[in-house]
Amino acid sequence: MSAAPLLEVRDLRVHYGAIEALRGVSLEVAAGEVVALIGANGAGKSTTLRAISRMIRATAGSVRLDGEELLRLPPHRLVARGLAHAPEGRGIFLDLSVGENLALGAWLRRDRAGVAADRARMHDLFPILAERRDQPAGTLSGGEQQMLAVARALMSRPRLLLLDEPSLGLAPQVVERIFGVLREVNRAGVALLLVEQNAHQALRLAHRALVLETGEVAMRGTGPELLASPEVRRAYLGE
Amino acid sequence: MRRLRSLALAVLPLAVALPLLLGLRAVAGPYLTIVLLDVGVNVILAVSLQVVNGFTGQFSLGHAGFMSVGAYTAAKVTLGLADVQLAFLPTAASDAVVFAGALAAGMAAAALAGLLVGLPSLRLRGDYLAIVTLGFGEIIRSVIENSPWLGGALGLTSLPLETGVVGVGLAVVATVVMAWRLLRSTQGRALLAIREDEVAAEAMGVDTTGYKVRAFVISAAFAGLAGGLVAHLIGSISPGNFGFVRSMEIVVMVVLGGLGSISGAVVAAAGLTVALELLREFQAYRMVAYALLLIVVMLARPQGLLGTRELWEPWRRRRTGGAA
Repeated sequence: MSAAPLLEVRDLRVHYGAIEALRGVSLEVAAGEVVALIGANGAGKSTTLRAISRMIRATAGSVRLDGEELLRLPPHRLVARGLAHAPEGRGIFLDLSVGENLALGAWLRRDRAGVAADRARMHDLFPILAERRDQPAGTLSGGEQQMLAVARALMSRPRLLLLDEPSLGLAPQVVERIFGVLREVNRAGVALLLVEQNAHQALRLAHRALVLETGEVAMRGTGPELLASPEVRRAYLGE
Repeated sequence: MRRLRSLALAVLPLAVALPLLLGLRAVAGPYLTIVLLDVGVNVILAVSLQVVNGFTGQFSLGHAGFMSVGAYTAAKVTLGLADVQLAFLPTAASDAVVFAGALAAGMAAAALAGLLVGLPSLRLRGDYLAIVTLGFGEIIRSVIENSPWLGGALGLTSLPLETGVVGVGLAVVATVVMAWRLLRSTQGRALLAIREDEVAAEAMGVDTTGYKVRAFVISAAFAGLAGGLVAHLIGSISPGNFGFVRSMEIVVMVVLGGLGSISGAVVAAAGLTVALELLREFQAYRMVAYALLLIVVMLARPQGLLGTRELWEPWRRRRTGGAA
């Protein structure tokens, strides 16, 4: 790995009222790398992503993208820096059409030709989105909405994509499909920071992974290392 | 080409409306004229409030406040320029030009008020805007009541009666065209995204505060236009014309028509104005009957008469808009 990471999170702390949800989380994502965050419910995985993308306010710590401190920027400036977030619960605009959702993903881009090309690429990756482009996003199934959330996030041409539970509540073959696309997206050079309950899928995709427990990093390692670790197997892979 | 096309789409409806309005003015009797003017002003108010409450999903309760800013500014301009006669024009035409200028000044003043109120309050999410705009409406009313220059509680009188069917009609068309073009534009899509999910809109890179303020300023400007028209319709204005009840009336029209529907706002504004006229027969029970009407409609159609749809798309279950 090169010296300076793409994303560098240092000692990130978040409080919900009196409760400290994140107790100093530090992590790095290099350009083009896939990092997975795994852990039990309430461990602080989604909170970490939400604090990085400024959907919630961090109480302390620093988040640097290419060395630039993100916690000082207004949230809507992050997309222009190359950060996209496909949030949990998907954050789809249900009353807008599938096409309008994709257009909003490319909101800041002015290169019409490039946007059209990316839209065509999303339609290739997820043909159902082409078929349903004029339908309200609210009429899509859960899996289709998740595909739309991923596609919409990619429309901003991010360098780093934050993904919160892309497999939540989806049928196994849909999960396979989404992880297949994520692998392809990563091969094209997009770094991924992935939060997953489905530790098995996540660890197979990830170069490196962190295990979060009660707001702290409990374990770090490469994907294969954690897949092989007896503790991880017992706690998160149900063995 | 795109520029030319947008210009044509903005001017064409006005050009089509003008001869129709001239015809209407010729055939309408005095009573019908008064009702038509009332309907027109309320349509402008409801459609402009729709931009904030319907498209953007914010809840403003201060529309009458912006209306009063436009009304008093326009009134001050026409009173100040009462003796001005543009040499190269006949008197009537000269007065019309002064009136148009006064309306524009009223719109600008109301837009500025919208910016001043919107900038601090639209940073916040949720119900703050409702409270702040409610407060703004009351503040502006008491400021006017205590300003001798603005006539105090008695208001301003002897304003020239310049507001007619043609002027109001053109203003209605301009307001509807503005709302329609906005809804179908890229900017409009950002407003709808904010209504749907503000956090997600921000995650797309939409400057949510900036767009909310813009919607608010546009909406206030057209409320100011309605105010200027009202001032020169009855010839006098006083702070009592622009109280909280007036703001509520406009909110009721928007909610009744369906939040997000332009034609819904038009239908509800026209329908309620005419209903209030027809209910004059019931005299003392007029407001009771009005309230009952509202309750019945809201029980039968809680989403408003048209929901988020338009009059001409009844087959659509939801508003989907055009994919770009």
